Amino acid sequence: MTLLFITIVCWPILGFIASLFIPKNKENTLSNLAFVTLLIHLSAALIWIVFWLIQGGKPINIREFSIYKANHYDFFIDFYFDKITAVYWLLGSLITTIITRYSRYYLHREEGYKRFFNTLLFFYSGYSIIIFSGNFETLFIGWEILGISSFLLIAFYRDRYLPVKNAVKVFSIYRIGDVGLILVMWLSHHIWDENISFDKLYSAQLVHAHFKEMSSLGLVVSIMVYITAAAKSAQLPFSSWLPRAMEGPTPSSAIFYGSLSVHIGAFLLLRTFPFWENQFGFRVFLVLTGLASAAIGTMVSRVQSSIKSQVAYASMGQIGLIFVEIGLGLHVLALIHIAGNAFLRTYQLLISPSVVSYRIKEQLYALKLRSKTFEDRWPKKLENTLYLLSLKEWNLDSLMYHYMWNPIKKIGAKWFIFNFKYLFVIAGFTVFGGLVLLYFQKSLSPKFVHEFPIIFALLGAFMALKAFSERDSVRKSWTLIMLNHVTIAIAISFNEHFDAYHNLWYLSGIMVSWVIGIGVVNYLRKRENWISLTRFFGHSYEHPKAALLFLMACLGLAGFPITPTFIGEDLIFSHIHADQIGLAVIVSFSLIINGLATLRIYARVFLGPHIKNYHGVSKRSF
Amino acid sequence: MHTSSFNKSETLHHLVHFLPTQAPLKDFIHHNTLHAFQSRKFEKALSDASRFYGYQTLLQIEEYQRMFLEGKVDEGILYRGLDSQEVDVWKAKLFRTDYDENVTAEIGQLRNVWKERFAIDLDSMVFPLLFRTVLSYLDQGIAVWQFPIDSQGFIASLKKLEVCNATSIFKTPRPRRLLLSDDLRLENLLTLLVGESSYFERYLFDQQFAHPGYAGMVAVIESNPGFLVDQRNLTLEDFILFELLLEIDVLDYSFGTIWSPLSMQSQHIEPKLHFDFEISEVFEVKIRWHQAFEWTYYDEVLNGISQNPQVTTPSSTFQALFCIDDRECSFRRNLELVNASAETYGTAGFFNTEFYFQPANSEQRMKVCPAPLTPKFLIKESVENHVKRNEFHLNKGVNGLVQGWFLTQTMGFLSAIRLVGALFFPKANAFGVSSSRHMYKDSFLSYEHEGNYASDGIQIGYTLEEMAIRLYGLLMSIGLTKDFAPIVYIVGHGSSSANNTHYAGYDCGACSGRPGSVNARVMAKIANRVEVRELLKEKGIFIPDDVVFIASLHDTSRDEMTFYDVDHLRDSPQALHLGNVKDFKQALALNASERSRRFVTVSNHGNLARTHEKVKLRSVSLFEPRPELNHATNALCIVGPRKLTRGLFLDRRAFLNSYDYRTDLDGTFLTGILNAIAPVCGGINLEYFFSRVDNNNLGAGTKLPHNVMGLIGVANGIDGDLRTGLPNQMVEVHDPIRLLAIVEHYPEVVLQTLQKNPKTLEWFANEWVHLVVLHPIEKVFYRLHGEHFFPYETSGLKVKGGNLEIKKIMNELEDLPVQIIQNLVV
Repeated sequence: MTLLFITIVCWPILGFIASLFIPKNKENTLSNLAFVTLLIHLSAALIWIVFWLIQGGKPINIREFSIYKANHYDFFIDFYFDKITAVYWLLGSLITTIITRYSRYYLHREEGYKRFFNTLLFFYSGYSIIIFSGNFETLFIGWEILGISSFLLIAFYRDRYLPVKNAVKVFSIYRIGDVGLILVMWLSHHIWDENISFDKLYSAQLVHAHFKEMSSLGLVVSIMVYITAAAKSAQLPFSSWLPRAMEGPTPSSAIFYGSLSVHIGAFLLLRTFPFWENQFGFRVFLVLTGLASAAIGTMVSRVQSSIKSQVAYASMGQIGLIFVEIGLGLHVLALIHIAGNAFLRTYQLLISPSVVSYRIKEQLYALKLRSKTFEDRWPKKLENTLYLLSLKEWNLDSLMYHYMWNPIKKIGAKWFIFNFKYLFVIAGFTVFGGLVLLYFQKSLSPKFVHEFPIIFALLGAFMALKAFSERDSVRKSWTLIMLNHVTIAIAISFNEHFDAYHNLWYLSGIMVSWVIGIGVVNYLRKRENWISLTRFFGHSYEHPKAALLFLMACLGLAGFPITPTFIGEDLIFSHIHADQIGLAVIVSFSLIINGLATLRIYARVFLGPHIKNYHGVSKRSF
Repeated sequence: MHTSSFNKSETLHHLVHFLPTQAPLKDFIHHNTLHAFQSRKFEKALSDASRFYGYQTLLQIEEYQRMFLEGKVDEGILYRGLDSQEVDVWKAKLFRTDYDENVTAEIGQLRNVWKERFAIDLDSMVFPLLFRTVLSYLDQGIAVWQFPIDSQGFIASLKKLEVCNATSIFKTPRPRRLLLSDDLRLENLLTLLVGESSYFERYLFDQQFAHPGYAGMVAVIESNPGFLVDQRNLTLEDFILFELLLEIDVLDYSFGTIWSPLSMQSQHIEPKLHFDFEISEVFEVKIRWHQAFEWTYYDEVLNGISQNPQVTTPSSTFQALFCIDDRECSFRRNLELVNASAETYGTAGFFNTEFYFQPANSEQRMKVCPAPLTPKFLIKESVENHVKRNEFHLNKGVNGLVQGWFLTQTMGFLSAIRLVGALFFPKANAFGVSSSRHMYKDSFLSYEHEGNYASDGIQIGYTLEEMAIRLYGLLMSIGLTKDFAPIVYIVGHGSSSANNTHYAGYDCGACSGRPGSVNARVMAKIANRVEVRELLKEKGIFIPDDVVFIASLHDTSRDEMTFYDVDHLRDSPQALHLGNVKDFKQALALNASERSRRFVTVSNHGNLARTHEKVKLRSVSLFEPRPELNHATNALCIVGPRKLTRGLFLDRRAFLNSYDYRTDLDGTFLTGILNAIAPVCGGINLEYFFSRVDNNNLGAGTKLPHNVMGLIGVANGIDGDLRTGLPNQMVEVHDPIRLLAIVEHYPEVVLQTLQKNPKTLEWFANEWVHLVVLHPIEKVFYRLHGEHFFPYETSGLKVKGGNLEIKKIMNELEDLPVQIIQNLVV
């Protein structure tokens, strides 16, 4: 059974790895591999689900293996299977199979054919890890893969401005969701005193017993779950990324934002239902925000004059209703709704180019060109107001900038005293001083030591901010990100006895990635007369291999699950005490910012319109 | 006030001249992308355009060098006209590998000052709302809840929206005040924003060329409001006013109300925009490469024509009139190879019948003749049973909340079934484009004038006299005045495709981007009228009574033909027709198989029928971005009798216009032909040319991420500018080669003809289209240089001869050489 589960979950990953080794010009081999991988997964789903239903359809939990184990801490892989998994599995494998078939022809001769199929399989690997996951840790691995593959597919046309800009934008919102999930893991670790599996979560008594004592903590966890789910499912207040993600080839937009990716938030809510089942307040909150998303999504959809954004917002509206259904506990209905919505939107997006000939033909026979809509019955002022708000997407996009990214950039940029060499002096002092203090911490007053974590965490956050707002030097920003991690490690080390081993887990991937990154940047500086963060440089046009290597380094530096840093991140959090919410918030804030700063460097240096225009470089507005 | 040096209407006029002139999707018409530079010599124009816009207008030197190695550029032609010393100099230049081919655009420099000196990225803050608002205003039927439109125009609508509103379009109060004030004028806003009036023109150019797609669309709609079914009152000036207000808004929002105008910081930039530039050395090298590349091909073609044995057909079983379209080039050849006694003719695919067509059960009409003509006639279609096909996925209700809630859970699952079906078993559906659905097969057409006029006074149908004039013109211009075969086919063309936003670009260009079926049918009906034939007899053309004209439609993506009104034929023509249909069918299968050579995804095993089926599937497959390759590879336009080119393999690269100089010694009909060829074939050719050399800017880029905007255009994603030009999928196999027009006539007559119309002359004299004349008596070529003909001596190389083996060429991906065909081998 265990082996079977591992095979099922790892199958797409195997396909993904195999696809990396197929040469670029072998279109048929690439698409066949993807198609067969998916088709087998789909067939397995059908057979499995039939057998499972015959045997009574009871949930299955399989605890796999521990990746890392320490006295109080156990990072283990766990799988879980129930009707929610079943529905998502069928849905995902069917739609992805369809999309693979569609793209096989659709992308013929497209630059990046291989990249597309690689990313598609990578995406599906992440998806299947999520839906089969049996605990938050396992789920988180899939979650990160989904985020990064989204980034890569949105920026599929990496030599244009808007796809890259929007990919960064979407990633930044996903990042908020990721950190929500980290905080959920952290808090639940403290609530249960272990890395809880969903299986245990489903045993009602346990949950109930715990929440009696700490209901406010429970609410915080639930809100974090909501933030994570809402970010992924484009619900309020994160909705504006959804239409902006439609920058890749139409089939990738269909699969991600029409169907699978966007319904993953709903999956998380369904999965964590027992967690918040008894929190009446949260359920009311969920229903209300769901209704609000439904209303706003629908209104915005109605005023859209481009077909893809219309479908995207319509989908957001329906997902709002799905959230309501989940909040009300109507899970079967929600699952039907999810599947129907996913299929419908996929189809609508795939045939969206047909809308031109279809509607124009329709117009030919129409008696009236403009029909009255029900909004026309409202008072003029109300109608105009709502129309204008909807046209401006209820300012959701600008609010995100106004209240989130701009202030962060401003704070980062303001401390100009610390610019130039002083910055590294300060950073150097911080790290060195931190290490010295750590060494002597036993001889220091515990009262002081108690404050150290937060002080160092703040210094770390400051470095992350500086890295994020750096407008010029690539290496400076890159190094600051690394230093941010080191400072966080120091900060946490004050918390408990100095555990060099944990820090090694955490920092190993980061240091290696940092060195690789610096190497790539130096390589590039030798060949190009100008690289900086002032604009997009698009160097992947001439240096695709360097771009790939740097992307790997970025993933490592951002704590993506390809290096031990990923587990280290979780480990670090396990050392943050339940009463140190401030510390947790600062550290997670740092993680958001440095993840963004990392990908921003990649985007600026390697993506976007190429700085050299001897080969016809797209205008920025295209 | 500094407004003295700024002349608003002149500036706007100047600006419009440079903007793209692409019509909304449903009226896609090919045109010269760089029309603004057409008054200059081609090479100079390309250099100027490149410097002005910062686009690439020729291939990269590296690409030419590669083609040289592949033998696509002939060494002799490359150094033609140079002495040995010059050859050495040029050789060194041509094969250098370190030229800097980057270009700095003239446009955009002034407005870049915002970013450089003010550290503000106006574009990213202004464009999303600007595009969204103007698109919502223009939207032809995507949005459910539409923009509150005021008949007074765009600005008036905005005012109304702003006044009666609890929120504001703007983030700050000043632009709101400016919008609502009575003194909303371009000069005022520019003074506020730019300051010095000498900079105004340059600023507006920079601003509008930051988003040429929207600016061009607005300008096109302003001058042709009829392009929109649901018409709008929008001017470029209004559009610019709104953009300026949004810019002021962003500046106010970022800096408060006190900021200095742009010109305070732009002293380092000249106020005057340059439109003329010196040709750089790199560009000269490119030009030499490019010309050699073109003439290598032309030379081969001219050799082919002079070496072609010109066999004449003794008596023909049937004659068929096709459109000059290059897609009929290969089909006609295949037809003639299948039936050696078939005679084919080429003429503009509206068959000299210009009118508006009003489909059955519709209140709207569409123009079905070349774009520059304005018809005075209307032909209505009527039919007994009108069928309307519906597709709920494309209806608006699906995206509603309550209806959507219900539909997603029910019909959503139908989508899954539909999807699987559409992907594994593609078939025609309600939302595909089918050329045969343009007109009902058996409908009644009001082609004869019976004293009726439409409500706006337009005449319905032609009088007999008007019919005769049209038939006479048609026959004279192609030189078909005697020896009529028992059946004369008039074959229009159209193209079926699925999921294709640019479908209009696939149909007949001579019918304003619609299938040519109605025109073919109308012309056949005219030619079959006894009274018309009587009138023609008076003009000297005698059509025997037993000659039958049959209209047909050739679907170029499916390679299928529909024949109209054949059920009522008398027995003997019926039998003949059925025999001919067999030949047509075989030729269609051959043609489809030949075309399949470019479709890598069609794996063929030499079975023509099976390959044909696969080719047909492409026209209904949702996932097929290339239902056919359209005009890709077009390079020639031959005006002369078919015997010049009959038996010559020209691939699919020639527009063929039948013409007999003997029936037109003074060039009367030639004038009409050249007047049409230059803008239509030249327009097609140049649009392909420029879309290919800089697909990212002069073309529409890859079509895979395209999003349909308001039914009028496409953009990448949702915030992008409208894309003009052709998508990469249409031009990727195209070699950028200018059109070479070859006319058989006396050079002096051709020159006189050209000089009658300065507009047409401009195309040829500035060499946007090359012109070579074949002297009918001397049998030598003359090439037009400026306004003079010079003898042109071909290299005389022998062109390939031998059998044409369809199965062999089915596996060839590249362009094939000119060949004199002996026999067809299937």
